[in-house]
Amino acid sequence: MLRAIAWRNLWRNKLRSSIIMAALTIGIIGAVEMDGYMTGLTNQRVDAAIANEVSDIQLHNPGFLLNQETKYLIPHAGKKADEIRKIANVKAVSVRLKGAAMASSANAGAGISINGVVPDDEYRVSDLHDHIIEGTYLNNKQKIPAVIGQKLAKKLNIGVSDKLIVTMTDSTGTITNGAFLVVGIYKTSNTDFDKSNVFVTRKDLANLIGYPTNAGDEIAILLNSNQHTKAVTKKLNTLFSAEVKSHKLIIQSWDQIQPLLKSMVDMMNYFSYLFLIIVLAALTFAIINTMLMSMMERTREIGMLIALGMNKRKIVRMVMLETLFLSIIGALVGLAISILLVDYLSIHGLDLSSFAKGLNSIGYSSTVYFQVNREFYFTTVIVVVLLAILASIPAMMRALKLQPATAIREED
Amino acid sequence: MSIIETKGVYKTYNTTKVPVNAVNGVDLKIEEGEFTAIVGPSGSGKTTLLNMLSGLDLPTRGDIFIENTNLKGLSSSQLIDFRLNNIGFVFQAYNLIPVLTVKENTEFIMFLQKVPKRERQKRVKELLGAVGIGDKMDYKPSQLSGGQQQRVAVARALASRPKYIIADEPTANLDSVSTSELLELMAQMNKKYNTTFIFATHDQRVMDKARRILTIEDGKILKDEQFDR
Ligand SMILES: Nc1ncnc2c1ncn2[C@@H]1O[C@H](COP(=O)(O)OP(=O)(O)OP(=O)(O)O)[C@@H](O)[C@H]1O
Ligand SMILES: [Mg+2]
Repeated sequence: MLRAIAWRNLWRNKLRSSIIMAALTIGIIGAVEMDGYMTGLTNQRVDAAIANEVSDIQLHNPGFLLNQETKYLIPHAGKKADEIRKIANVKAVSVRLKGAAMASSANAGAGISINGVVPDDEYRVSDLHDHIIEGTYLNNKQKIPAVIGQKLAKKLNIGVSDKLIVTMTDSTGTITNGAFLVVGIYKTSNTDFDKSNVFVTRKDLANLIGYPTNAGDEIAILLNSNQHTKAVTKKLNTLFSAEVKSHKLIIQSWDQIQPLLKSMVDMMNYFSYLFLIIVLAALTFAIINTMLMSMMERTREIGMLIALGMNKRKIVRMVMLETLFLSIIGALVGLAISILLVDYLSIHGLDLSSFAKGLNSIGYSSTVYFQVNREFYFTTVIVVVLLAILASIPAMMRALKLQPATAIREED
Repeated sequence: MSIIETKGVYKTYNTTKVPVNAVNGVDLKIEEGEFTAIVGPSGSGKTTLLNMLSGLDLPTRGDIFIENTNLKGLSSSQLIDFRLNNIGFVFQAYNLIPVLTVKENTEFIMFLQKVPKRERQKRVKELLGAVGIGDKMDYKPSQLSGGQQQRVAVARALASRPKYIIADEPTANLDSVSTSELLELMAQMNKKYNTTFIFATHDQRVMDKARRILTIEDGKILKDEQFDR
């Protein structure tokens, strides 16, 4: 019966209750969509970074990480790659010979990272081949081919079929030059990456700088899903424990390779929750106010209930139920609409092209496909319930303070 | 034993500039089955006295015994429970919970008393029939006339099987026809269930029905008359 009373009291002032419910609905839609956008944006960035740039896990000689010198090779890179391929959930492995270099054309020069790869292996590890906008991807039939980013092509003012001159240190420490033929131009969502990464075959690069053609200073590993990252990293650490312990090998997952990216993900997550709490906390004041008004209007009625023998516990229950109904209806409607909207935007995406230029340069794509974790919905419900309970306290205090004898006398 | 006995009851309000002795030394006994009116001019202390007799307010001085219980000895929570289980109320107006139907309103106190549902429904049916509202059980209070609302309040009070019913000017908002009907009803119920009624009133017609009239002025009982009706 208390439930019926609380529920029906909610609809005594339909307009007032509806306004609060609508405010909660809108607030929750705002918070959820904001989280959907942020999470989608960062996850896309992470996915793109994994697919195009860092893979899930990379192996290096620790020395290499300091200044990308090719002399810090990984011992028996090819044999290691074969062993890694046997690990569960490893999708593909690419052994790279990578180093810092200068690229130049007839017109200009630029500092780059040159990636010597085995085209077939690289094809399986990285999505770069999907981002070729002109020409073709590397293959073994071409003569000293190179694939470069659009940004670099622009800077050097070269295109497909043009020559790219690369200057770098060879195995003896001498500066050496080589010419590559640009066969393809790619464009990812990360312009910084596009500006500095050049892909050539490992064989050509090894020949140029005097290493065996199977040498590698980077092993990139792609997993079936990035939820296996931890497990596979652990397995690799046991597999190569001797070299890891003697500091000849370092195994890093994507979040260690790009800690900034990882902290961005955490930050966005944190902001989503912060935003949610701020929105709901603001609405809590509206709920407090509504409940207080409702109590004041019902002073005589509540006085009557206390006179008749309704005890404090039941008064508390009634007020709390009323506040919960008021808060939860709006919240549930808001969640329902949010879920539908997130569903739609997770498929169709939201294109904020007008801001995209800025986003692209830091590696974010302009169309964002929304994602919301189940925990976020869950947290929303919990926070709404907790705040509703808090919001009912002032109204409760007021109701409990009523003296029935005086409350009943009160005039309208 | 009397169901109510007051011993030297005083109520002084200090909230005003000059303290008001709203009830000024009342010694009173009320027996089971009485049908008693408290009359007196406005401000004479009728409401104040009834509030103390019903445990809504405590005396400044003196004691009120309901059978063996001294109301002064109860905490505010105990007082609420005491009212719930021992006292029925019919107020001047706004007796009913507007969001509940007539039936639910009549059930409400029994619900608080944890009377089983089946028993509740039995009493509701019987009493709403007895007060002549049996055909309007699913109405909301706002769909009833003032007189009908008061009758529902009487039914609700009776349904909770109280030791006595306190009614402060129950007819003040009613026209003369409804007043007579309500009085007739209360008198009937008093006879049928032997329930004690104590009401405050200005209304001559109410006084004409009462079997005992306590006249109060300046918080003191001036006259205590019994009538055989
Ligand atoms: N809460 C209060 N604070 C201060 N004085 C009060 C309070 N309640 C009642 N009084 C005073 O006590 C006296 C008795 O009031 P009470 O309401 O009991 O009279 P009454 O006989 O019921 O009057 P009426 O016939 O108008 O209902 C009055 O002088 C009134 O002003
Ligand atoms: Mg009065």
